[in-house]
Amino acid sequence: MGVLDKFKSKMDSLKNTYQKIDASVKITCKKCGYEAKAYDLIENFYICPECGNYYRMGARDRINLLTDKNSFKELYKGLTSKNFLEFPSYQDKLKKATSDTGEEDAVVCGTASIGENPCAIFVMDSKFMMASMGSVVGEKITRLFEYAIEYKLPVIGFTASGGARMQEGVISLMQMAKVSGAVKNHSNAGLLYITVLTDPTTGGVTASFAMQGDIILAEPKALVGFAGRRVVEQATKSQLPDNFQKAEFMLEHGFIDAIIPRPELSNVLSELLILHKRSV
Amino acid sequence: MNPYEKLKATRKSDRPTSNAYIQEIFDSPLELHGDRRFSDDLAIVAGVGFLGKYPVTFIATEKGKPDLQDRMARNFGCPKPDGYRKALRLMKQAEKFHRPVICFVDTQGAFAGADAEERGQGQAIAESIMEMMGLKTPVISIVIGEGGSGGALALASANKVFILENAVYSVISPEGCASILWKEASPENVAKAAECLHITAQDMKNLGVAEAVIQEDFENFSDMCEMLKNKLIEAVEELIDFSEEDLLEQRYRRFRKFGVFEEEKKGFFRKK
Ligand SMILES: [Zn+2]
Repeated sequence: MGVLDKFKSKMDSLKNTYQKIDASVKITCKKCGYEAKAYDLIENFYICPECGNYYRMGARDRINLLTDKNSFKELYKGLTSKNFLEFPSYQDKLKKATSDTGEEDAVVCGTASIGENPCAIFVMDSKFMMASMGSVVGEKITRLFEYAIEYKLPVIGFTASGGARMQEGVISLMQMAKVSGAVKNHSNAGLLYITVLTDPTTGGVTASFAMQGDIILAEPKALVGFAGRRVVEQATKSQLPDNFQKAEFMLEHGFIDAIIPRPELSNVLSELLILHKRSV
Repeated sequence: MNPYEKLKATRKSDRPTSNAYIQEIFDSPLELHGDRRFSDDLAIVAGVGFLGKYPVTFIATEKGKPDLQDRMARNFGCPKPDGYRKALRLMKQAEKFHRPVICFVDTQGAFAGADAEERGQGQAIAESIMEMMGLKTPVISIVIGEGGSGGALALASANKVFILENAVYSVISPEGCASILWKEASPENVAKAAECLHITAQDMKNLGVAEAVIQEDFENFSDMCEMLKNKLIEAVEELIDFSEEDLLEQRYRRFRKFGVFEEEKKGFFRKK
């Protein structure tokens, strides 16, 4: 398949997921006010055709955009969060997030191929409670790494998160160590883990599996940091640079390997997967 | 004391900090400094010494003596990335020489400043946790005051975790939680958040996050430390005969079990 064909088939699969969308629906860019038709926006990888602003993408769109057509097989469906600490209004927030996104929780996991290279993949969905990490997110990603060890697969992880999910108290904190243990085992098995940091990757996810990739990529201008900007401002009492905690800032300070524009991601990941294939 | 009162008690400047425990518990402790990369972060105190007959490495967050100058020098116990890199350097050294690692946790959390972000606070913690999960030597952590979020977990991804009876451990500070969820960190809201987050030592025992709750007796601090020392020796003796493989497996299983959720397909509900 030529590059153009690949691109076309990708666009087709994207359109499939958006059949439900009315073609005339228009979305206004928050940055420049440009009104783009939903279809046009999808075709442009959710990047504003006028100003180049990146829109946040749902997990399914991301998977459709990235992986070979019909190659994605979802794993660990049916896991849902439980309000085991009886935290006020947690149940309502879960319900709303599920009805807003159609997802069961903030991460989608499975296997797929990218440029015909098999991999395990997880994609966090910032539209689900800001992709905060609770038991379900931790469990699904841990299982995915365990699966990848068993089947000797590389893992590609798209991170986005407001941090640990406080409604699950210290148990959400424990997910950081749980996933990190699985990442460590996967790494010890000599397998490749690539993270792609998307807007926004913060808090406990930054302080665990987002920063544990063998190769760490990021989307342009994605917010990447540990502490919240306002907290840092208060602690620092000085002017922060405009690009503070942006992907470009992280690149400059040596914490990510490369910034890859969204339309190029699929190709770059495919190349990296090929490069890491071990000769038999 | 209610959870909020316990939280406030952990922040009192006359509560014993890590250095006091280190002096009491270890014989001939020698502090070792620096991360060999950028600086020596005094919010982390680390070194080597004897726990009874066992050579060990100790690593601790240190809030500082009651006087303001010392507390400022130690950034009130909030480590920067350099502190976590010093900790990791000494953990790897302990692994090389097969020394158990004893960690003391007492921090509001990792420092949230521009310099910390610039030098990769998230990366430093992520690396610490990941490397601890693979460290081929026993690790025992004790939360002696405040166990604040990822900055605490970076020293607590251990084979065993103890917690003092009035210490707290939380995913986010109750102040932070209150201001995010209820807009204002008023005392009432913070107290409510402290309650909802389940931060007490007793909660940790119930949730399986801590293996043991250690009685406090600051009036008789030496006696209390003697008891804690015996508890640590006991734990070291239990873990020291593990093969490297078993040690890693035990640590992995310890954290693998955390998570409460519902699973539709198989129709069973997992509870820790
Ligand atoms: Zn625009």
